[in-house]
Amino acid sequence: MAVKSTKQYVFDHQDAVEGFHGNQLVYASWDRHLLFAAPFLLYVSPSMTFRELVEGPLTALIQPDPDASQVKWDEVKWLKANQPFTPDFDATLAGNGIHHKAMLRFDTPGLNSLAPKA
Amino acid sequence: MDTAAKKKLGLKEKYRLLTRDLGWTPSYRTHEEIHPYLTYEGIKIHDWDKWEDPFRLTMDSYWKYQAEKERKFYAIIDAHAQSNGHLNLTDARYLSAIKLFLQAISPNEYCAHKGFARAGREFVGVGTQVACQMQALDEMRHAQTQIHAMSNYNRYYEGFHAFAQQRDRIWYATVPRSFFDDAMTAGPFEFMIAIGFSFEYVLTNLLFVPFMSGAAYNGDLATVTFGFSAQSDEARHMTLGLECIKFMLEQDPDNLPIVQGWIDKWFWRGIRILGLVGAMMDYMLPKRVMSWREAWNIYGVENGNALFRDLARYGIKPPKHWEDAEKSIDHVPHQFMLALYQWNFGTAFHTWIPSDDDFDWLSKKYPDTFDRYYRPRWEHVKKLAAAGTPFKNVGLARLCQCCQLPCIFTEPDDPTLTCHREVVYRGETYHFCSDGCQHIFENEPEKYIQAWMPMPALFREMQGNIPQWMDWVGMVDGKDNHDYVGSQDEKNFNQWRAMAASNSL
Repeated sequence: MAVKSTKQYVFDHQDAVEGFHGNQLVYASWDRHLLFAAPFLLYVSPSMTFRELVEGPLTALIQPDPDASQVKWDEVKWLKANQPFTPDFDATLAGNGIHHKAMLRFDTPGLNSLAPKA
Repeated sequence: MDTAAKKKLGLKEKYRLLTRDLGWTPSYRTHEEIHPYLTYEGIKIHDWDKWEDPFRLTMDSYWKYQAEKERKFYAIIDAHAQSNGHLNLTDARYLSAIKLFLQAISPNEYCAHKGFARAGREFVGVGTQVACQMQALDEMRHAQTQIHAMSNYNRYYEGFHAFAQQRDRIWYATVPRSFFDDAMTAGPFEFMIAIGFSFEYVLTNLLFVPFMSGAAYNGDLATVTFGFSAQSDEARHMTLGLECIKFMLEQDPDNLPIVQGWIDKWFWRGIRILGLVGAMMDYMLPKRVMSWREAWNIYGVENGNALFRDLARYGIKPPKHWEDAEKSIDHVPHQFMLALYQWNFGTAFHTWIPSDDDFDWLSKKYPDTFDRYYRPRWEHVKKLAAAGTPFKNVGLARLCQCCQLPCIFTEPDDPTLTCHREVVYRGETYHFCSDGCQHIFENEPEKYIQAWMPMPALFREMQGNIPQWMDWVGMVDGKDNHDYVGSQDEKNFNQWRAMAASNSL
């Protein structure tokens, strides 16, 4: 649906990738690990490899969770835009199709120290 | 000379005489030129005279009445200041709720003032214009009295000084800002639903009534006083909002789906902001009156049901996402407080880890959720703090493109899973915290793609430079932010209180 307006009402995307100095935003979230209140916002270069993203900022950010040290990145299940996704760890973010504001989710079944016991 | 005593005018007569000149017939401009915004929203009005102002308050009695309230208000505020009223607080932790109120709510009272001044200009009908004008004045008065009441605390405590710039810039204050920006850029009819109905009728009850009782419980005479001073206005505001809805619905059957859409939208936008009040009530008040859940049951469920029963005869249904709201009540205060705590390097108020007593209270008030979902997280946070590595989540957050809150909410039917919603619009990806917010976006995407979102802006405008950002939002690092324990506020309050209550220096 369109906005009801008295004249033409068209705007640019305020947060389009062009405004981010050659970098981009990527969102990442560890499923069922709600110690972290919201999905992380990462400001990264599209030429960064997936491995660099995971072993760099992502590994650092999840450290406060008691399960962090047991995460085996090569066994993690990934979702991109909520769809199953198999990353190429040595390809860049751009090469993995991880565009500006893409949402990455990762699941580590069996690791859930702070989640309620069934 | 006419010596016969003039008969005193009755209120109704006086009101008619005082307002009749507003209803003139234009001679050299058309009705449409003078009121250009009355039709584009699609609302059809056939007879403006049917919108009655049930209060029929005239300007002269309005001034007299408000002036009396002002005199009382400022007398109490002065007494509070002169007698070191701040030392009567239960604890300076309480002030976090007040800082949040000042940064996030009070400046928006001023926006409500601007909005009603505009609505009064745009609407036709004398009763409507006068009612909007008075509400515009009320809202300005509320902004002013709130700022004055809280300014006493600014002399002694951190975090009060930059509220005016924080309203536009800091990531949690942009949430109510976005609500008001959305309302003020809507047409006059939608504005009346957004503020006159959703904010006043649905939210003010939950914001003011339990919150002001909380202020009273915690010894904050200044805030209680502005609460009382505002309360008598709110009855008038709620009536205006409800009158407007009924008027639209009675004028034309085509108005029903439009009004229902606005009710759905503004209920959900309101509910998202209200979660912050839940965190204030359940966590920030050292002495608590009632839980957020209890307040919701009374002011949300009972009053809301009565209201929607009343509106059912016009064909109005309860808001679309009511069920999701209900399911979130037992979770949202905990989700908010955990979030505010882990991001407290970026809040201009203090947060803290609740005490064991607090844990027990929360577990009693939230028997189905606190122990199961939230206590384990808090216990872990406590462990991290005890180990000397307090939990700071420096990952910042994905924000919802509609409500602008960090996406801290879980699936309505699965409290262990974050709610992920995304939409691609004109090639760009947008994220949402809930179905409610996603639907609002999808109805008017052009309105929300232009939003200034504080987290992306930090990188777009400052390349993530946090010290520069702190200067820009007026936050003094190490004073305004971080944990209450170890803060200057804690040290000062305890020291001053000891001086007031004992002979120690």
